[in-house]
Amino acid sequence: MSRLIRMDRTGHTTLAEWTAEDGHAVDRAVGAFREQLDLGYFAMVSTGEGHAEQVRELPVDAELVIMRLPISGG
Amino acid sequence: MADPAVAEGLPEVAGVYWRPRVTAARLRRRERVWTAYTVAHVVPFLATSALLMLLQPLAFAVAAICVAHAWIIPALYAQRGANVLAPKRARDASEHAERVSVGLLGDLVSHDARALHAKTGLVTERGSLGTWVVGPAGAVLVRDGRGRLGRADCWCVRVADPDLPSGDRIAHLLLALRSDEAGFATVANLAFSGAVWRVRGRMRAAARPALDAAAKASR
Repeated sequence: MSRLIRMDRTGHTTLAEWTAEDGHAVDRAVGAFREQLDLGYFAMVSTGEGHAEQVRELPVDAELVIMRLPISGG
Repeated sequence: MADPAVAEGLPEVAGVYWRPRVTAARLRRRERVWTAYTVAHVVPFLATSALLMLLQPLAFAVAAICVAHAWIIPALYAQRGANVLAPKRARDASEHAERVSVGLLGDLVSHDARALHAKTGLVTERGSLGTWVVGPAGAVLVRDGRGRLGRADCWCVRVADPDLPSGDRIAHLLLALRSDEAGFATVANLAFSGAVWRVRGRMRAAARPALDAAAKASR
């Protein structure tokens, strides 16, 4: 089961869960994903130990997709 | 060919387009500037102190003030560096949110890093520029491979929402760092660059093991 989560004030919120075979769940996840991008979140996927990449489209095969807010110099 | 679904580099870099992208060579240049800056603060005060004592030993009090200035100014800069790793708890985050955020952070790091976070509130991460110590509102890059004699570059960098629980704030910085290390250092503001021991001495005792682990890892 893949998960789309957003880091927020609650710790994190699960926005969608899907399996690649479940088309309806994937569509819902894609919708939730785009909604978060529109809100200004960036989507991150781990790509091995110590590596991550930002994605613009929902990687359906990814186990975990994390939405994060922008960072800036303090 | 690049995958159009994958973003190239950290998007936040576009917000600081005037900054040259950080490289190892640029870090070394900045390091020399910081060293020169420190020397420029210390030497005149020490020289004045020595001259005063030479000309008029009764001016001992003034000479002592000069020596104190020579010590205090670099110490304040080092304190500014250590402050980037100071714990910053969100105003509104509940205990539950903190626990949930730390759980997610734990999923992103190794067992050792998880244990270190439980002890220090900080996470270490190896990168190509050196080893990073990441906190909720900043990060320290330890490099040079000389342990505590190595170099610590202290960066102020934060996530847009200050009310996020601390684990989430670290996770934000960690994911950004992992996706584009040089971009991360470009977006962040350099607060201090100096010897690791100078920063370590001004950190809270509980957090020092994280810096020690990074210094060891960078050897």
